[in-house]
Amino acid sequence: MTSTETRMAGRLGDSPLRPDGTLKVTGEFAYSSDLWHDDMVWGVTLRSPHPSARIRAIDLTDALRVPGVSAILTAKDVPGENAVGLEHLDTPALADGVVRYQGEPVALVAADHPETARRAAARIVVDYEVLPAVTDPRTALDPDTPWVHADHDNLVRDLRIRRGDPSPTAPVVVSLDFEVGMQDQAFLGPESGLAVPDGEGGVDLYVATQWLHVDQGQVCRVLGLPPEQVRLTLAGVGGAFGGREDLSMHVHACLLALHTGKPVKMSYARDESFFGHVHRHPAWLRYEFGARETGELVYAKADILFDGGAYASSTPAVVGNGGTLGLGPYRIPNVHVDARGVYTNNPTCGAMRGFGCVQAAFAHEALMDELADRIGMDRVEIRALNGMVEGDLTITGQVVDSAAPVAELIRTVRDLPLPAEPAGERDIRELPGGASNTTHGEGVRRGIGYAVTYKNVGFSEGFDDYSTARVRLEVVGGEPVATVHTAAAEVGQGLITIEQQICRTELGVEQVVVHPKDTTVGSGGSTSASRQTYVTGGAVKAACEAVRASVLRRASEALGRAELRLDGEKIVAAGGEVVASLAEVLTDPVEETVEWRHRPTYPIDPETGQGNAHVQYAFSAHRAVVDVDVELGLVKVVALDTAQDVGRALNPDAVVGQIQGGSAQGMGLALMEEIVVQDGIVKNPSFTDYLIPTILDMPPMQVKVLEYADPHAPYGVRGVGEPPTISSGPAVAAAIRAATGKPLRRVPVRPEHITF
Amino acid sequence: MDFLAPTSWAEALECKAAHPDAVAIAGGTDVMVELNFDHRRPPALLDLNRVPELADWALDDGRVRLGAGVPYVRVISELGHLLPGLAMAARTVGSPQIRNRGTVGGNLGAASPAGDSHPALLAAFASVEIGSVRGTREVPVAEFFTGVKRSVLEPDELISAVLVTPPSGPQQFSKIGTRNAMVIAVSAFGFALHPDTRTVGTGIGSAAPTPRPAPEAAAFLAGELEAAGLWSSRGALPATLATEFGRRVRDAAAPIDDVRGSAAYRSHALSVMARRTATWAWDAYRDENRSAA
Repeated sequence: MTSTETRMAGRLGDSPLRPDGTLKVTGEFAYSSDLWHDDMVWGVTLRSPHPSARIRAIDLTDALRVPGVSAILTAKDVPGENAVGLEHLDTPALADGVVRYQGEPVALVAADHPETARRAAARIVVDYEVLPAVTDPRTALDPDTPWVHADHDNLVRDLRIRRGDPSPTAPVVVSLDFEVGMQDQAFLGPESGLAVPDGEGGVDLYVATQWLHVDQGQVCRVLGLPPEQVRLTLAGVGGAFGGREDLSMHVHACLLALHTGKPVKMSYARDESFFGHVHRHPAWLRYEFGARETGELVYAKADILFDGGAYASSTPAVVGNGGTLGLGPYRIPNVHVDARGVYTNNPTCGAMRGFGCVQAAFAHEALMDELADRIGMDRVEIRALNGMVEGDLTITGQVVDSAAPVAELIRTVRDLPLPAEPAGERDIRELPGGASNTTHGEGVRRGIGYAVTYKNVGFSEGFDDYSTARVRLEVVGGEPVATVHTAAAEVGQGLITIEQQICRTELGVEQVVVHPKDTTVGSGGSTSASRQTYVTGGAVKAACEAVRASVLRRASEALGRAELRLDGEKIVAAGGEVVASLAEVLTDPVEETVEWRHRPTYPIDPETGQGNAHVQYAFSAHRAVVDVDVELGLVKVVALDTAQDVGRALNPDAVVGQIQGGSAQGMGLALMEEIVVQDGIVKNPSFTDYLIPTILDMPPMQVKVLEYADPHAPYGVRGVGEPPTISSGPAVAAAIRAATGKPLRRVPVRPEHITF
Repeated sequence: MDFLAPTSWAEALECKAAHPDAVAIAGGTDVMVELNFDHRRPPALLDLNRVPELADWALDDGRVRLGAGVPYVRVISELGHLLPGLAMAARTVGSPQIRNRGTVGGNLGAASPAGDSHPALLAAFASVEIGSVRGTREVPVAEFFTGVKRSVLEPDELISAVLVTPPSGPQQFSKIGTRNAMVIAVSAFGFALHPDTRTVGTGIGSAAPTPRPAPEAAAFLAGELEAAGLWSSRGALPATLATEFGRRVRDAAAPIDDVRGSAAYRSHALSVMARRTATWAWDAYRDENRSAA
């Protein structure tokens, strides 16, 4: 910063360096897998090889003989209630008599070395009686299908939306069936953490997670301990994307730590990580649109089935989003939606970026193209015609009460410059197949595809969605310093930078310390649903306002003057006269804690699905340009351009970063990312065979950020992280359809789908 | 686990003779993955990184002698003119980090049907130089592989080098993966024209239990080229001939369905790759003539 600057850098609207940025780039950042304690032991997990089995007996004799082993625990060692889960407490911390998916934790081993622990785990003899597995979600609700849970049928949630004419007709009718494969979050930092017993029956857990307080509640239940005895601190998180909403090693490490009296570290290897967290729900979608000859939608019907796998996890919320948002950002007067989530013995599915909407968008966007083609209308203009505008009603009857610029977004991406048409000899790295040298241009066809989406921001359907912020202002070494303390998880998205920016803007101080994220402050809510800048940002803003009011009250009392304000680090009177410095007034620290809520949402009607389910909607559009080698079925995405309304970009670089990363993740689902499950068994639990896009797969992006402030949100912000993951994939799929002329009703699109 | 670290070739062979169950390790890009995933727990590792005799390549008696420890990055940067097919294959191996560490000797030692080097070496009619305390032998690459991840190597033997005659004609390599970089082959194909002997070299990867040539297809193409006088005239390769060659290469494969791709797709892709690579190589052969004229 130069001395001539009148305004300090790093306020809202700037893009200051992340406090953790340099450390991450230079490899010095301490992730949860780097945690260390001098006298720690290592915990490992023995997992079920079967998707469905009864455990007749577990023999630990041989395993306990391995030198260096300090504990082996099974379900019978769980002191509290052996049940966790985000929405239903249906998940045992350790399998109790039955296993319901391949990879379910059965036993824990602690030893002085991870290899010792693994060898001991291999000597545990589990006597399984293998049972028939429910592996096809499409028959999970059939009367003769066994129940995955003895006390509950296989239906996790059934959501219906009924609006308008129950038997609508239209001159133009199009329909399709679509299938979406199981995507993985594929975060790079595997599940890991360190549990340290406090010697008084309690435990401190350092863990990479998305919501410390919801973890704490679940850990307490299993350990049978009150929250005061189970303290959580956020360790360095290497990506999350929803995959850290459910517990992984949290309870396990605590159980071992309390049992051995020693600090216990657990860190999954990559293959175990594929079994250690939930995945994106595979989905089967049947859609029908009825429209006028002029393109206006008359009605829409959708039947959506999500495979939730063995335990409920976030399936109810996924069904909620898929049902209430699954017809896309369109004005549709007559609606008939059925969305269901079911139990099977497949891997548990739960939260992943954009959930519910990601799956649905592939179907409604493919069908919108089909409708445009049927009536001979432009694919962009049909979206503009039907796209929501502010004041429209959603399919649940909710008024969209801030910007809904669907037409502008889709036309904006259409009008962005297109990549040059291929000409002359090309670098093979620009062609489908890349460095693998499969074409020099033979068989390559170009296609362009469009997609648009909207997504709810924050938790919905009546959830009490709040965040807590504690802000302290004090003088350190003659300079005012603000400390911001929230429990909201930084998972790489940049919340800590935003917290600093808000404090600088509201309090005018340059130095802002971000307190470690832990449970000594109230809940920050989940780092999910694109909600933290909105909700924790709102809480930090409110706490800063409370601090500012306290400081000015104190200044008024000390100086005997009214109507003071804070201007930078000065206390200024109404006439503009500087009456004191902030440091002079801050003889003692000022600290305020605020619990902040967004506007309430409400449950939807169980019969009609009508209601004000969501607090805010975020809209985005993508245009994909692909080159496809139609003979080999290989795809090169040439351009992936997007426009998104972010309300207000508090940190423009971070906004663009979210949009780029989200777009890559959505593209990955369209092209390659799939956990392949056969008969309940995962066939590709490694980055050798679970492929995510590389730099050669991800094209350059043009990102157009619109800023239509939401008057109901702090600073006008709108959630950013999820929409790009939703509209990018369908745009890529549409572009491949355009290039190949194939219907392509399943993603990921595999080479054989194009070739045959 | 024992870690054996010989500093000369003679010492390495003695180590291997004394510890026949030791697993040789060079770049570690295969072996360490196997260890990390707990797929194998060898009693000993035999580190070949300190053996200077493996670390270089040279022209030796008219052939390229590529030391087993030379990493892919050097094959790409130094041997594009002498081992063009292998250099093209090397460019498709993993990431820059993997290419810095991984070696052709290690690729042969692992003997995976998906090894990227193998189709190129098969097409170039390369041989593997194998040593033991009992002596040295040379095995044509086409006879080296005996099964999935199995080769003719005896327990006391180590690979010392690959021996390849410099090319008398163009070579090509092509590989299918479901992303545009850093991918294990769904199937792969190596092709070489040998105008000096008027023969054709082929190599199929990831479409049979072992890497294998397509000798019948190769003989067919060479024979048709001969019959039509094309070796001399350097006329255009008839599209029907290229297509028929592709079909015969496809018929030489025995692919399976797995998580990376279906057998049907592998067969289809091989026929396309064989047709395209043969056409590219032949066009390059014709261009040589033009530039020479």
